Amino acid sequence: MPILETKDLGIQFGGLKAVDGLYIKIEKGQLYGLIGPNGAGKTTVFNLLTGVYQPTSGSFYFDGEQISNSSPVSINKKGIARTFQNIRLFGDMSVIDNVKVGFHNSYKYSMLEGVLRVGRYRKQEKEYHDKAMELLKVFGMENEAKLLASNLPYGKQRKLEIARAMATNPKLLLLDEPAAGMNPNETAELMETIRFVRDNFDMTILLIEHDMKLVSGICEEVTVLNFGTVLAQGKTETVLNDPKVITAYIGEDD
Amino acid sequence: MSFFSYFVSGISLGSIYALIALGYTMVYGIAKMLNFAHGDVIMIGGYVAFTAITTMQFPVWLSICISILACIILGVVIEKIAYKPLRNATPLAILITAIGVSYLLQNVALLIFGSAAKSFTSVVPKFSVELGGVSITGETIVTIAVAVLIVICLSIFINKTKSGRAMLAVSEDKGAAQLMGINVNSTISLTFAIGSGLAAVASVLLCSTYPQISPYTGAMPGIKAFTAAVFGGIGSIPGAMIGGVVLGIIESLSKAYISSELSDAIVFGVLIIVLLVRPTGLFGKKFNEKV
Amino acid sequence: MSKKIKSRNLDKYITYSFLILIFVISQLLVMTGVASNKFEGLLVPISVYVLLAVSLNLVVGFSGELSLGHAGFMCVGAYAGSLFSLLMQNVITVWWLRFPMAIIIGGLVAAVAGFLIGIPVLRLRGDYLAIVTLAFGEIIKNLFNNMYLAIDKNGVFFSMNASAYTKHAFDAATKQDLIKGAQGITGTPNDSNFVICFIVIMICVIALLNLIDSKTGRSIKAARDNRIAAEAMGIDVTKAKMTAFVIASFIAGMAGVLYSHNLRTLVASKFDYNLSILVLVFVVLGGMKNMRNVIIATIILYALPEALRALNDYRMLLYAIVLIVMMLLNNNDKFAAFKKKLSIKALIARFNTKGGVK
Repeated sequence: MPILETKDLGIQFGGLKAVDGLYIKIEKGQLYGLIGPNGAGKTTVFNLLTGVYQPTSGSFYFDGEQISNSSPVSINKKGIARTFQNIRLFGDMSVIDNVKVGFHNSYKYSMLEGVLRVGRYRKQEKEYHDKAMELLKVFGMENEAKLLASNLPYGKQRKLEIARAMATNPKLLLLDEPAAGMNPNETAELMETIRFVRDNFDMTILLIEHDMKLVSGICEEVTVLNFGTVLAQGKTETVLNDPKVITAYIGEDD
Repeated sequence: MSFFSYFVSGISLGSIYALIALGYTMVYGIAKMLNFAHGDVIMIGGYVAFTAITTMQFPVWLSICISILACIILGVVIEKIAYKPLRNATPLAILITAIGVSYLLQNVALLIFGSAAKSFTSVVPKFSVELGGVSITGETIVTIAVAVLIVICLSIFINKTKSGRAMLAVSEDKGAAQLMGINVNSTISLTFAIGSGLAAVASVLLCSTYPQISPYTGAMPGIKAFTAAVFGGIGSIPGAMIGGVVLGIIESLSKAYISSELSDAIVFGVLIIVLLVRPTGLFGKKFNEKV
Repeated sequence: MSKKIKSRNLDKYITYSFLILIFVISQLLVMTGVASNKFEGLLVPISVYVLLAVSLNLVVGFSGELSLGHAGFMCVGAYAGSLFSLLMQNVITVWWLRFPMAIIIGGLVAAVAGFLIGIPVLRLRGDYLAIVTLAFGEIIKNLFNNMYLAIDKNGVFFSMNASAYTKHAFDAATKQDLIKGAQGITGTPNDSNFVICFIVIMICVIALLNLIDSKTGRSIKAARDNRIAAEAMGIDVTKAKMTAFVIASFIAGMAGVLYSHNLRTLVASKFDYNLSILVLVFVVLGGMKNMRNVIIATIILYALPEALRALNDYRMLLYAIVLIVMMLLNNNDKFAAFKKKLSIKALIARFNTKGGVK
C-alpha cells in the first residue's frame, strides 16, 4: 500500500485550475521529487495535502485512509508535516522552543500539571528537551538552540523548519524548496542530511525543488508539473531526460 | 411620535454614521488599518466649528470651511507623524498607536475645553416640513441631503478622476500600484484628507442635530460608524452608506420600542452578529493570506 | 538541565523576589506609620491594576490579540463576587473564609463569560477582534447598568427595566436590594486588603510564568507568531487563544472581586472603555511580554500621577503619549540599534574588546 496516493486531485480558484487531475503514488520510505517551472502549482499541491486548501475535485489517501477534507491540525496529527517556501518560523521564540512546538502533541502532561510543575511535567520537559537537542544536532544547530529563530541566518532557518516539522513525528515529510537560497556546498550538505533523515528517522519524503542537482542526486522518482497538470512522471533519470520535460522546463530555465 | 418619524430620524442619524463610516472604510481599504482616532477627529471638527461660530462669531459658511480645513490638516498630520512610520509594523502596533492618538485628541480637548458639554448652535436655519402628518426638522432634511450629495460626488471622484483611480489601485495592490508609477504616500495622504474632511461635515451635522459638544462626542458615533462600515463591508463606499443608514434606523427604532438605555448594547449586538454570519459584510471582499 | 532552563528560572525568581520585596517595604512603611493614609489607600487599587495588567499581557503580549474589553470581565467578576458576599454575609460570618470563596467565584463567573464571548470573538482576527471585544465590554457595562435584582419574602425580583422595578409591589419589611440599576451594588463587606491582594498576585504570577514556560504557553506563542505554521505543527490555534483568553478573564474577574470589596458602592459605569485602555497602556509600557516589566510599568504609571499632584491633571494625556511613543520607538530601527548598544550583554562585549581579550 502506498503511503500517499492522490486520485484526480485538483483545485480551482475562480476560473483558474491551479492543480488539475493529479495522480501521484508514493511508496513508504521513498524520496520523491515534485518539480516544475514557477507557477506550475507545486506549492498548491502541498497546501492541498496539508489541508490549507480544500480540493475542489478528487481526493487523496494517506496510509490507505481518505483524508482529503481534513483540517491542517488533524492532517498533521495523522502524520504529515511540512516546511514552507516562504519561511514561517515562530520568530519571537528560541530555536529550541520552535522544535518543542513541533513536539506539542507528544507531551502528555495536562495544563494543570504544567502550571503546578508536578507529575509528568518535569520528566517530559527533560525528555523532549533532550530530543529537541538531538534533532538540532542532526542539522548542526545545537549551539544556536538559545538564539531567537528570527536571528538565524537564512540557510539555518530553512533547516530549523525541517527540524521543527520532524518533531511532529510524521510518516511523510513535505519539504518546500529546502535548498532555496543555499550555496552549492550548503546544498550538498543538505542532500546528505535529507538522506540521513529518511534512513534514520523512518520517514518518507516528498520535496519541491528547483535545484536539479539535488533532485537528481537524491530523488528516486519525480513528478513534473506544468500549468497545474502532470507533464511527466517516473524514475528520476528517465523523466529528467524526457525531451518533453527538457523543453518545457529545463530548456526554459537556462 | 409615530413609527414613520422614528424611521426618518433613524435615516438622518444613519446618514451621519454613513459620512463617518466613509472615512473608516476608505482608510481601511487603502492603508489597511483601523483609524481608531477617526471618531475624535469628528469631535475636534465640532469644537473648531463651535469656536468659530460661538466664540469668534464667524458666519456659518466660513465656520464650516474652517472646520473642514482644520480636520483635513489634522488627519494628514496624524497620518504623517503616527501612522506612516509604522507602515511595515505589525497590525497590533498600528492599532495600539491609533488608540493612543484617539486618546490623545480626547484629552487635549478635555484640557482645552473642559469635560462639561457645551451647547452648539445649529447651523441649519429653523424650518420644518410636514410629511404624512409628521413634522420633519430642517436638520434631518439637510443631513440626509448632504450625505446623499457627498456620496454621489465621492463615487464620481473615485471612478472618474486620476487621483480617484489611483486610490482604487493602491487599495487593490500597494506594490503593483507603486510599480505603475502611482505615488502611494500621497495617495494615502489624500485618503486621510478626504476622510477627515468628511468627518468635519459629519461633526457639524451631528452637533446641529444633537445640539451640544463634549470631548466624548466623537467616541460613540465613531465606534458605531465603524460598525456601520463593517456591516456594509469594509472598503466598500456604497456599503458604508447603506450600513450607516441601516444602523441608524436600528438604533432609532430600538430606542423607541425596546429601551433607550439598552440601544447601544443592541447596536453592538448587531455588529457581533454581522461579523459572525458574514465577516466580510454586505459588499466586502475576502482577503486571503498567501501560504 | 541546560543553562537555558536555569537562566529562565533565575529570571522567574528575580520577579518573585521583586514582588516580595515591594510587599515587605510597603507593609513596613504602613506599619511604622511612615506612609500616609493616601499611600495605604492606594495599595489595593494598585494591586488590582497589577492583576489586570498581567492578565491582559497574556492576551496581548503572548497571544498577540488586542482585547479592548478587559474591564468587562473585571465587571462580571466584581458583580458576581459582591453578590456572593452580600448573600452570604450572614451565612458565612468568618470573612477570611467567605472572601476567598468570593474571589474564586468572581474569577470563575468571569472565566465562563470569557469562554462564551471567546467562542464568537476568537474566530475573528486583528482589528475586528479588537472592536468586537470593545463592543462586548460596552454591552456588559450597559447590561449591568440597567439590571435590577432584589429579594423579599415573595421571592426573587429581576428586571432590566427601571420602571418595572419602581412599580413592583415589594414586601417592604423583607425587601433587600441586590443590584439597583445604575446605582449598582451597595453594602458589599469591605473584606479586601493588601495582604490578600498580594497573595492573589503571587499565585497568579507564579501560575502565569509556569504556564508560559510549558507546552500550553508555547502553543499560545506559536499561534501568535505564525498561525498557519502553528496549525501545520498540529496546534489547535483557536484552543490556544481561547486558553489565554479564559485564563485572563479568570484573573480579571478575581481582580474585580478584590476591587469591589474595597468600595462602598459598586457601579458598572466604572468598568468602561477607558479602564480597558488604561490597562492596555500599562501592558504596552511594560513592553508587552515580560511580566516583571509590565508589573513595574503598572506601579510607576499608576503611582506617579498620584504622587505628583501637578501631573494628575495630565495623567490621561501622559498615557496617550506613552502609547504612541512606545509604538513608534519599538518600530524604529535606529532606536532598536541604540537599545542593543545599551544592553548589558553588549556593554560586556565592548568592555572585553577594549580590554584586548581575545
